[in-house]
Amino acid sequence: MSARSVFGDAPFASSAKKFIEDFKRDTHPNKVNLAGREYLGEHGQTTWLPLIRKIMQQIATDPTLIPEYTPVLGIPEFSRRATELALGTDSPAILQSRVFGVQTVGCTGAVRLGAELLRTCFCSGSSWSGSVFLSSPCDESLADIFKATGFEDVRYYRYWDAESSGVCVDGMLHDLENAPDHSVVVLFASGHSPTGADLSQEEWKRVAEVTMKRQLFPFILIPAQGLCSGSLEQDAWAVRHFVSLGLEVLCAQSFSHNFGLYGERVGHLLCVLRQNLLAVQSQAERLVQTLWSCPSMDGARVVATVLSNPAHLAEWQDGLKAMAVRCMLIREWLRERLRLLASPGCWENIIKPGGLYCCIGLNAQQVEFLAQRKHIYLLPNGCLNVSAINSRNLDYVTESIHQALTSQL
Amino acid sequence: MSIFGEVPQADPVAVFKLTADFREDQSPNKVNLGVGAYRTDDCQPWVLPVVRKVEKIIAEDHSLNHEYLPILGLPEFRSSASKIALGADSPAIRENRVGAVQCLGGTGALKIGAEFLRRWYNGTDNTKTPVYVSAPTWENHNAVFSNSGFEDIRPYKYWDGEKRGLDLAGLLGDLESAPDHSIFVLHACAHNPTGTDPTQDQWKKIADIMKRKNLFAFFDSAYQGFASGNLDQDAWAVRYFMSHGFELFCAQSFSKNFGLYNERVGNLTVVAKDQDNLNHVLSQMEKIVRITWSNPPSQGARLVAITLNSPELFAEWKDNVKTMADRVLLMRAQLKDKLKSLGTPGTWEHITEQIGMFSFTGLNPKQVEYMIKEKHVYLMASGRINMCGLTSKNIDYVAESIHEAVTRVQ
Repeated sequence: MSARSVFGDAPFASSAKKFIEDFKRDTHPNKVNLAGREYLGEHGQTTWLPLIRKIMQQIATDPTLIPEYTPVLGIPEFSRRATELALGTDSPAILQSRVFGVQTVGCTGAVRLGAELLRTCFCSGSSWSGSVFLSSPCDESLADIFKATGFEDVRYYRYWDAESSGVCVDGMLHDLENAPDHSVVVLFASGHSPTGADLSQEEWKRVAEVTMKRQLFPFILIPAQGLCSGSLEQDAWAVRHFVSLGLEVLCAQSFSHNFGLYGERVGHLLCVLRQNLLAVQSQAERLVQTLWSCPSMDGARVVATVLSNPAHLAEWQDGLKAMAVRCMLIREWLRERLRLLASPGCWENIIKPGGLYCCIGLNAQQVEFLAQRKHIYLLPNGCLNVSAINSRNLDYVTESIHQALTSQL
Repeated sequence: MSIFGEVPQADPVAVFKLTADFREDQSPNKVNLGVGAYRTDDCQPWVLPVVRKVEKIIAEDHSLNHEYLPILGLPEFRSSASKIALGADSPAIRENRVGAVQCLGGTGALKIGAEFLRRWYNGTDNTKTPVYVSAPTWENHNAVFSNSGFEDIRPYKYWDGEKRGLDLAGLLGDLESAPDHSIFVLHACAHNPTGTDPTQDQWKKIADIMKRKNLFAFFDSAYQGFASGNLDQDAWAVRYFMSHGFELFCAQSFSKNFGLYNERVGNLTVVAKDQDNLNHVLSQMEKIVRITWSNPPSQGARLVAITLNSPELFAEWKDNVKTMADRVLLMRAQLKDKLKSLGTPGTWEHITEQIGMFSFTGLNPKQVEYMIKEKHVYLMASGRINMCGLTSKNIDYVAESIHEAVTRVQ
């Protein structure tokens, strides 16, 4: 064997989540991680609704459940319920059988499968610009997924406007107007990551218009349905609107946040087409086999069990609303404290969006100050996970933010 | 206008179609010898007793947090799973040059390995590196590697239909003529679909050529413990390669030997030259995982980790595995005996010489069709049968059906 490693050409890739590692290594007693992705309860941990815990236990000890491979496309009942959740049970697309769903390994799995499916489908036809539009900013991994599946032209549409602390809709619409034909556009129905900033229904109507006009392909993400506004319908409104206009849509759903099933990896790729459904479904099946063969069962079983039982559904919705309300409450606290401290900046926009994420407009230096000197970790672009704030650390966090904004850095 | 308008229908997967046809069959005598999952003598799937035990432990542990697992998976799973493949006392492990990635089953492990190799092996982004898979092989191997970007996927001679055994000369010949640095997908044990494994001597010959020509060993280990009933014996080939200085990948599946088919528990074990290279590899694999499934599911891995890391549970698991392996061995012996006593033409030694879940019966496609249509015994067109589909209740019927097929259909 040669002396050199056969892996010698592989460079070391530093972790994209360096700030997470820094947090882990930090031994300061007051350290706070505001850069995590999970919803944390008041006690600072991930949490399960009692209902979920009960159902998980039932499933784990159910002697009738047989150990067999899951169907490639996942549990049919899960897919059916996930589809209804996104589109509404009376969606014309469902009634017209123009929809199929695939249970995936989390939202990432759904986006990955969707990207591979789009590439396959585009390549079957003639119109392939290889262009995909993502919001600016967006999670780096989204761009990487599309690049890895063959979309060579990854572009960004304007989205977050730091000055107004909101979405710059005009900029977004302008960028989409000028997109190459048949570009794929990745949109967040609600719960935009990492900013938390979402569009209003009026704004969605305008986006849908441009999408139709320019024949762009919408790939809509629903990362935390029900957790953002507290309403399942509202958080999925954008998808339903696009579908009601007759548009073909891919939709990637995550059940990580709204069921607390992070470790179970429960996701769903919803495909709404005009034609050729069986062929496209067969291609999705083929692609799944090259990725993970078939998905894992447990988490999807829990979701299916809850969504198909009216009593469970009601209990779950209540729990979800409570989580959404808590996030809104924390935002209120943040705004109040920062106002009282007379921190420079406009803090009204903290309470405008719902859900987990919030962008408070700190610059890179200020973010680093918080990490290095105050042991408070935000995402590099100044976004944070509000659920990680609780009554114990609220004072420390807000005072530290105030310091970051007012100190000479 | 729809971008989906011209999408062609993909071919159905043969083994799933077979099961679907089986399900629709109304015959009371029907037997499913198709899909590769374990069945008890009552033809039922089997939850291993140790699995039930550990499931309960997990369900009652309220201290478990429910966060995302690390991208590379549960650490205690990864390390214990690698130990299973390489041996707890493996020098490579001691030398800190063994790492692993928890993956979605064996398929996921193959996928991550393939994606890494396509990017970083034999030059950068070298999609032209030949990938060799055995002729025949598991029907998904080709697709996993080609969808990862490899353009040149070739068969290497393996099954000798006439001899009903390993075509060693052909295999060694293909190794010799392969371009240097080619990737070879090797079945660690219980070859799927033929059930025919190289002997230790034959593995040595294979390893010699691979070392000389710098061919990359990518092991697929889906049946460890299941083949002979002994974990160490089933891992002999992988350990031989490791102890002879190979850097290698081993895609491990715990679907069969733990019966965790739908939990998707897999592990990609990486053996590198040294710790530095290992860390480079793992860091790149983390990037690949991040854009595939982000982080793996927790339940199955937790279960396996708890089992492997507890001496009592580990012993109980090995026992459960042996139960399954023994039943397969029994069915093999009985099938062969029945065919011999029926005087079925041909030799049937291969039934007991082959190992693991599958047997390549040697039935030709016409005979297979007869079996399915006339006798309602479902097997793959290749003649592959899943020994687990045989039970004390149906083995006579199956043996008679084979006898009929062989004597009536040429």
